[in-house]
Amino acid sequence: MLIRTLAAFLLCSASAHAQTEIQWWHSMGGALGERVNELAGKFNAGQKDYKLVPVYKGQYPESMTAAIAAFRAGNAPHILQVFEVGTATMMAAKGAIVPVAKVMADAKEPFDPKAYLPTVAGYYTDLKGNMLSFPFNSSSALFYTNDDVLKKAGIAAPKTWKELVAAGEKLKASGQQCVYTTAWPSWVHIENFSAWHNVPIGTKQNGMGGFDTQFTINSPLHVRHVAMLGDMAKKGLFTYAGRTNQGDAKFTSGECPFFTGSASAQAAIKKSAKFQWTAHFLPYHDDVKGAPQNSIIGGASLWVMGGKKPVDYKGVAKFFAFLSQPEVQMDFHTSTGYVPITLAAYEMTRKSGFYEKNPGAEITIRELTNKTPTANSKGLRFGNFVQGREVIEEEMEAVFAGRKEAKAALDDAVKRGNEILRKFEATARN
Amino acid sequence: MEKRVVFRSAWLPYALLAPQIAVTIVFFFLPATQAAWYSFQLQDAFGLSTQFVGLQNFEALFASPQYLQSFRTTAIFSILVAGCGIAISLLLATMADRVLRGALAYKTLLIWPYAVAPAVAGVLWAFMFAPSIGIVTYFLRRFGVDWNWIIHGDQAMLLIVVASVWKQISYNFLFFLAGLQSIPRSLIEAAAIDGAGPARRFWTIVFPLLSPTTFFLLVVNIVYAFFDTFGVIDATTQGGPATDTQILVYKVYYDGVKAADLGGSSAQSVILMFIVIVLTALQFRFVEKKVQY
Repeated sequence: MLIRTLAAFLLCSASAHAQTEIQWWHSMGGALGERVNELAGKFNAGQKDYKLVPVYKGQYPESMTAAIAAFRAGNAPHILQVFEVGTATMMAAKGAIVPVAKVMADAKEPFDPKAYLPTVAGYYTDLKGNMLSFPFNSSSALFYTNDDVLKKAGIAAPKTWKELVAAGEKLKASGQQCVYTTAWPSWVHIENFSAWHNVPIGTKQNGMGGFDTQFTINSPLHVRHVAMLGDMAKKGLFTYAGRTNQGDAKFTSGECPFFTGSASAQAAIKKSAKFQWTAHFLPYHDDVKGAPQNSIIGGASLWVMGGKKPVDYKGVAKFFAFLSQPEVQMDFHTSTGYVPITLAAYEMTRKSGFYEKNPGAEITIRELTNKTPTANSKGLRFGNFVQGREVIEEEMEAVFAGRKEAKAALDDAVKRGNEILRKFEATARN
Repeated sequence: MEKRVVFRSAWLPYALLAPQIAVTIVFFFLPATQAAWYSFQLQDAFGLSTQFVGLQNFEALFASPQYLQSFRTTAIFSILVAGCGIAISLLLATMADRVLRGALAYKTLLIWPYAVAPAVAGVLWAFMFAPSIGIVTYFLRRFGVDWNWIIHGDQAMLLIVVASVWKQISYNFLFFLAGLQSIPRSLIEAAAIDGAGPARRFWTIVFPLLSPTTFFLLVVNIVYAFFDTFGVIDATTQGGPATDTQILVYKVYYDGVKAADLGGSSAQSVILMFIVIVLTALQFRFVEKKVQY
């Protein structure tokens, strides 16, 4: 009896050992973290060879730093979720990462890059068409209005910046303290703004064509836009809220009726806003030819780290194939508000009638696919853009505080940004 | 005659010293040497490629107006934190020293903030002064003050100075109180009999006798402002708006950890190390001469 129990125990533990563990470090906290655990649970229940272990490692910059440190110490995770601004840094780290296209090909998993939403996949694909990282959670920038305030003032939701300023002046005159605020100033007002107006952020196709890229965000249109924001701040039409998503709360609390921020803010707005609201396309300058073009994504993708056993990569490929299934995607899309990554999942969600009930859910995809992406609106890839974005935001803040002219600030942003790019180029070349 | 205690054993003193030396080597000398070594290198984030670049990292730093600005910010910040911190706690200590009834309660309450972690102190003040929802902001708005440290650099600086000073006052207070209590009553009483008022007594007797304490606190407070205030800044302004509250140590962290620029960050910490060495040496060399022990 004892022997039999022992044998059974040994057998059990042997089969437990046969299961390969796949480590996945991510930055999805709170409700999003639960979604991630659900995904892992479903994947683990669906097969026996691999066990996916998701680990929350803090916010995007923190998990990336943790993974870098772990890689240096020789125990990086298999899969790492990296936010979009870290793309160039990851891409340049040859030897530290394995391109997703290669992982899928080596594991002989069926994989068709064309099945993925072009604006999303394009962001993570090199010029030869190889998908480097696996798109996971993607959103875009949207414009939100508090419809109760608009109705009371008797104004229509503005479509252009000119209309927004005019509406803002009206609201201000009627005693509205805060009119317009924004989250993610660089992402909304430089990166998405450029794509939306089909002007380059940097040379070499916004850096996608090579590391020897330079910023071009001091163009007359950029200067005009930032100067307009500075002017709005001076007149009290624009209340600056901070560099990340601090603006969200100002809209949700009803303090500011106009707001630009991430599409992913919708979940929180739905939950706590005590007023009627609508999500729109981003405002644009109507005298710019071709505007509005299409917006670009924000969010994160999954990178496969190097130096693991081939059998591990098979598991990673299996997981990516699992993630690409339309049902899985539709579920993730409808429960989180992130866009579906495959065209099939988009189609499936549309047919399910979800968008009729939740019009805000489709607007992000419509904005991302408004027109066929150009070289200016496919995405961007700048080395060390975590630092670069911060430089842009510092200079913008100087304009909003009224301490610097828009032209001088953006000239400095370009100069300082290019220094970062050159330093990155020097490290990436070796 | 001077009494000297001598170890007879040849190895015992070294053995007793060893733990302290080991800690210093592991946690100070090794990282410091590594920082010095990295400061001459250019590395990518993952450490896959490393090249020796000589003094390039340092040249780039001193050519950058932002870095030079960070020196000014640090100087203003440290002077404000050390100056206000010492002045306020000296005032409080003098007052507490005179209180007869309930002295223990006052003292205990004044010591409390020291038990608060810098990051928590930062969050606490950030909440009270939060633009648009903070309680203090609410009152300030009634008086027509446009309080928004997210965009106004001087207000952001004020916020981190207040939070840092508040945190440090308890520490200074303890030392001042001990200093005050060690001053012989007879000196003060004699002066009082000679007709010196409280202010005169303070400036001619108490303050000079407190000078060793004040000097010690000056060194400690400056080091505090240079390094320990990191938590306060990270929890509130994170160096912003623009770079108005980016003190040297915050920039070291930002460039090294967030921006993954190890070489530049290491070069900055080497410079920072020198500044603190020079500053402390200067203090002992010149300020200490005026101190009466």
